[in-house]
Amino acid sequence: MSAERTNHRLGFWKGMFYLLVAIGLVLTVVRYTKGLGAVTNLSDRYPWGLWKAFNVLVGVGLGGAGFTLMGLSYIFNARRFRPIVRPAVVMAFLAYTSAAVALMIDIGRSWAIWHPIVMWNPHSVLFEVAWCLMLYTGVLALEGSGMLFERLGWHRAAHIQHTATVPIVIAGVLLSTLHQSSLGSLFLIAPGKLHPIWYTSMLPLLFFISAICVGLAMLIIMSRLSAHAFGRQFDVPLLGDLSRILVAMLGVYGLARIWDLTLRGQLGTAFGWGYESAMFQLEFGLGVVVPFAVLVWPKLRANWHLLYGGAMFAVFGFVMNRMNVAITGFEGAQGGRYVPSWEEVFMTLMVVALVFGGFGLAVKHLPVFPDVGVGKAPAVARAQVGSHRFSAPELN
Amino acid sequence: MKPKAILFDMINCGGCSRCVKACMELHGFKGDPEQVKDLSATAYTCLVPEKEDYTVRNLCRHCVSPACASVCPVGALVKTEEGPVVWDGDRCLGCRYCMVACPFSIPRYEWDSTVPCVRKCDMCIDRIREGKKPACAEACPHDATVFGDRDEILAEARRRIRKSPKEYYDHIYGETEIGGTSVMFLAPFPVESLGFKKILGTDPLPALTANVLKKIPTVLVCGGAALLAIWWITKRRDEVALAESNPRWKGMNR
Ligand code: SF4
Ligand code: SF4
Ligand code: SF4
Repeated sequence: MSAERTNHRLGFWKGMFYLLVAIGLVLTVVRYTKGLGAVTNLSDRYPWGLWKAFNVLVGVGLGGAGFTLMGLSYIFNARRFRPIVRPAVVMAFLAYTSAAVALMIDIGRSWAIWHPIVMWNPHSVLFEVAWCLMLYTGVLALEGSGMLFERLGWHRAAHIQHTATVPIVIAGVLLSTLHQSSLGSLFLIAPGKLHPIWYTSMLPLLFFISAICVGLAMLIIMSRLSAHAFGRQFDVPLLGDLSRILVAMLGVYGLARIWDLTLRGQLGTAFGWGYESAMFQLEFGLGVVVPFAVLVWPKLRANWHLLYGGAMFAVFGFVMNRMNVAITGFEGAQGGRYVPSWEEVFMTLMVVALVFGGFGLAVKHLPVFPDVGVGKAPAVARAQVGSHRFSAPELN
Repeated sequence: MKPKAILFDMINCGGCSRCVKACMELHGFKGDPEQVKDLSATAYTCLVPEKEDYTVRNLCRHCVSPACASVCPVGALVKTEEGPVVWDGDRCLGCRYCMVACPFSIPRYEWDSTVPCVRKCDMCIDRIREGKKPACAEACPHDATVFGDRDEILAEARRRIRKSPKEYYDHIYGETEIGGTSVMFLAPFPVESLGFKKILGTDPLPALTANVLKKIPTVLVCGGAALLAIWWITKRRDEVALAESNPRWKGMNR
């Protein structure tokens, strides 16, 4: 592809970034001067909306890539994954920070966000989630600090950080297990409100398994993005491993969902007619069955277009699931519908733009992809990958 | 002080809205009490039409084991020993989990405020501590909203059912549901609108999450041990492989 076209694309995404951030900032000012009601469609019936469902539930879930990979590469000692540990850790760190930023905007009294540190209620799942998130973001920062030390040339610090890797990773994996599942436990308190298709005592387990699935899917997507953005060759065996584990986990997740629906006698409802059923079928069909049915065939998943597509579907199913649990599932009991306002959507987009911008910055200034060198993208290697529509780190 | 409770008797209620009026006056809320159709940040109680021209009051049930208090990450909602469940603005961070958790969808939020509060009936706790009745109970001219110690209130409810078994449906809503509430209801027929759903059962809702939270230490200890074990085994395996054949290891460590 010609350098001119690359520049055009770059300019477009850069412009997009500034536009989204500008709109988002204006709306943030309105939110803080006029109250949540002025910019959101939240109401007494729907106290949780897009920001909780997407920015927090989905955001934290997508950050699951970090723990899936840290666990695989350090605990299961699969060295093959090490080259993508750093981008995954950076991505996860950004996902968590962005969830924190969104949460800050979402809660009514942003200045009180630190209260859980000193005001304890150990009976509250949200209290536990808050602590896990704080600690885990700290763990990710520790894990990522190696990059910073390397960049600054602090070899002693980098060495210490390196020696502490295994304890750091174990702490990270444990904390992730807890809060990924706890995001599901949040809804256990509402048996009378959440639709029985989604309300189950297995929510914590299902949230945990689906976080692993989406973590793997995100890694596949990320390898592809980084491959073509930085002129790296696809690491075919690595992608092969990831896709095999993804298929297995999707299978486990799909079976668990069906088994759970059957045990509770809700299978008929789930696959019947009606609004909730349709939303479930969309979530489950497109997000679990389709990627599983495609990727289960070794021939098909060897085609990386299909692999990439399958991963995208799995991410879609994950997003749908979280939205369904937090919003759709409540519509029957609460009456009416919740549709996010355009302001909510734009503020969400601002946060997403910040994540991509942050990733671009990190790639430019830190040794995230060590063997390509800092921020160099050889044009020759780029051409090998062909033309693609998007690439995350092009914002710089 | 013994825990207090409110009894609302649908059969005695004539729908005069005096309770709503008293509550609004006490809190300085403006508006026509008869026009209040739903709870809001400026209406802690309201009358809801039921079938056969009956009316039923809606207000916080002051659950014995309140879901709202159990989910609040900072303990801003507490069940007081006097019975009311009250909110503390110095702790609340505005996450609104209490609103999601309340099985009766009671708490309301000040969506248009920059310093928003969670709003709901507090059973007039200040008046109770002064030895007075809640404003709504004092205002009721028909003995439809009555106030007293929870055990006394239960006894009174049973008395009323026993006295006119034909008029009353033999059930005290709130006696046992979700672990019991401190606002209870008598009705002439089974009522769905109160939100005492059958599927909620008689166990306190906070138990649903407590059971999961209880498992955390086990997950931490067993999980930590398992991860360490796996790490050690896979490391050993690699070391053995390394010792056995050097060239193969070189191939793996790409
Ligand atoms: S009715 Fe709702 S708000 Fe009132 S105490 Fe019970 S759970 Fe809390
Ligand atoms: S909104 Fe306030 S009172 Fe309600 S759960 Fe959150 S912190 Fe607690
Ligand atoms: S107890 Fe007090 S706050 Fe609650 S409804 Fe009655 S008057 Fe209003």
